[in-house]
Amino acid sequence: MITADEVLDALSGVRDPEIDEPLTDLGFVAGVHVDGATVDVHLRLPTYFCAPNFAYLMVADALEAVRALPEVRDVTMTLDDHFASGEINGAVATGRGFEAAFPGESTGELPELRDLFTRKAFTARQSRLCDALLRAGRTVEELADIRLGALGGDPDVTRCIELRERLGIDASADSPAFVLPDGSALDAQGLSRFMRVARLVRLSLEGNAGLCRSLLATRYGIPDPEETAAA
Amino acid sequence: MYEINGERYFIVDGHIHFWDAGPENRNRFGEGFIKCFYDYHQNLGPEEYLWSLEKFAQYSEDDLLHDMFEVGHVDHAIFQPTYLTDFFPGGFNTTEQDAAVAEKHPGRFTVNGAFDPRDGEAGIAALEALHDRYHLKGVKLYTAEWKGESRGWRLDTPEAARYLEKCQELGIRNIHLHKGPTIWPLDRDAFDVKDVDHAATDFPELNFIVEHLGLPRLEDFCWIATQEPNVYGGLAVAIAFMHTRPRYFAQVIGELLYWIGEDRIIFGSDYAIWQPKWLVEKFVDFQIPEDMQSELGVLTTDMKKKILGLNAAKLYDLKVPAEAAAVAAGPGSAAIGSEPVSPA
Repeated sequence: MITADEVLDALSGVRDPEIDEPLTDLGFVAGVHVDGATVDVHLRLPTYFCAPNFAYLMVADALEAVRALPEVRDVTMTLDDHFASGEINGAVATGRGFEAAFPGESTGELPELRDLFTRKAFTARQSRLCDALLRAGRTVEELADIRLGALGGDPDVTRCIELRERLGIDASADSPAFVLPDGSALDAQGLSRFMRVARLVRLSLEGNAGLCRSLLATRYGIPDPEETAAA
Repeated sequence: MYEINGERYFIVDGHIHFWDAGPENRNRFGEGFIKCFYDYHQNLGPEEYLWSLEKFAQYSEDDLLHDMFEVGHVDHAIFQPTYLTDFFPGGFNTTEQDAAVAEKHPGRFTVNGAFDPRDGEAGIAALEALHDRYHLKGVKLYTAEWKGESRGWRLDTPEAARYLEKCQELGIRNIHLHKGPTIWPLDRDAFDVKDVDHAATDFPELNFIVEHLGLPRLEDFCWIATQEPNVYGGLAVAIAFMHTRPRYFAQVIGELLYWIGEDRIIFGSDYAIWQPKWLVEKFVDFQIPEDMQSELGVLTTDMKKKILGLNAAKLYDLKVPAEAAAVAAGPGSAAIGSEPVSPA
């Protein structure tokens, strides 16, 4: 028998493509109901007007993740309280795709959008790792030489490896630890410049993630994890 | 004028609204819209400044005047209209609504107009009429505005260029832009500000003020602003983070100073989401935390004077009293360029 915890575990593997964090950590899973082999999941977002493209991707990814569980027969995935809930839920349930949800309003660029944000997520993770190493006393020259295998098992490293694999970037232990988002190599000077820009990408991403958590908390009257963390 | 510790600050609130989102003037999208604004209001503002949803949807002219000029330290405020007639049948915050207040208080407000390239020829005539009547110095554009079947427009199209040419011809120099979450095509990144880059290159005599710094795409905004000397950053929304997330705000302002410099950052409260009183007081007191200063530098009094009013006064030809006008020259509008220098 499938349990709600197993469903949540599957959903923890689904990330908000814009901010690269699991839906479960962001509080986007509003409820899971299991009845035998039938699963009913409700998702929610921080605002009524959250971008429909990212909303669609999350609903579609979440449905796929739960459907992949053994012993699950029927899944209903419902996005609540969004201006386009009806269109998104309908198109995801029938597998007709984003273009069917918004006929005439898209040009088939959803894969490019996902790819762009996967690269932004990769850039932000690298920025976090670089800054941590610099704080620990490493120099930029050393960072330009360091290999991926020498970074250890930090969660940011694990995520970097996953993102590299998804983007088709060499993720072997002896590949350079820090590369441009298209996979090309960086010397110390290039890395220095890249880090300046990467810090901005990270700031955008982390700021956005924080705001999303807070707005969700306000919208649904639940404790704000941002405030708890700051206290 | 805000005076504290022997310093005088000329305050221009570069982004305010006088909206009507009352129950009589909204459909379900309008209700979603104002509730979303209200969540921002509740979430980021200090408790003592929070309103009820009813007041927030429909505050009075007296509230506006009180919050700006009686207690808010504001010398001059700029109305940024947002029509949203698909959500609010009578208009959310139109030029006409704003002007009705401004006309009663000469010298206190600047009334900006708006245009929508999807209106074609009729829209050009409407912009001319708006300019005849209100002598516009600026427009506020909302590229994510719905119009019938359409969910938005872009600034880098020939249709938009016609309107920008008309602005240039009429002497409307300040183009304020707000990026929202829905625009055509829906499967692209709606917050992307690259269309501003295109327009800023083609219209070097116009100033492009990107409201909310293009958040949540600060990197795209900075990248464009470093290369286009006529691109400015509007602090509305971003500055409210001072209250709940001062370290995040310190990083944002520090990065802005590094990438675009102190002469191209414009204060705005986004009233009635937030009130200028606490924003001005807190910003004047604000400093980048010590442990971040080696990386981000410090905010000087002159920088604060420019950001809070002098920069906007330049864009809008506002007369600044001599005692508040003196500041050291900054880097001007020079862009750092595509090859950023090392932080000092």
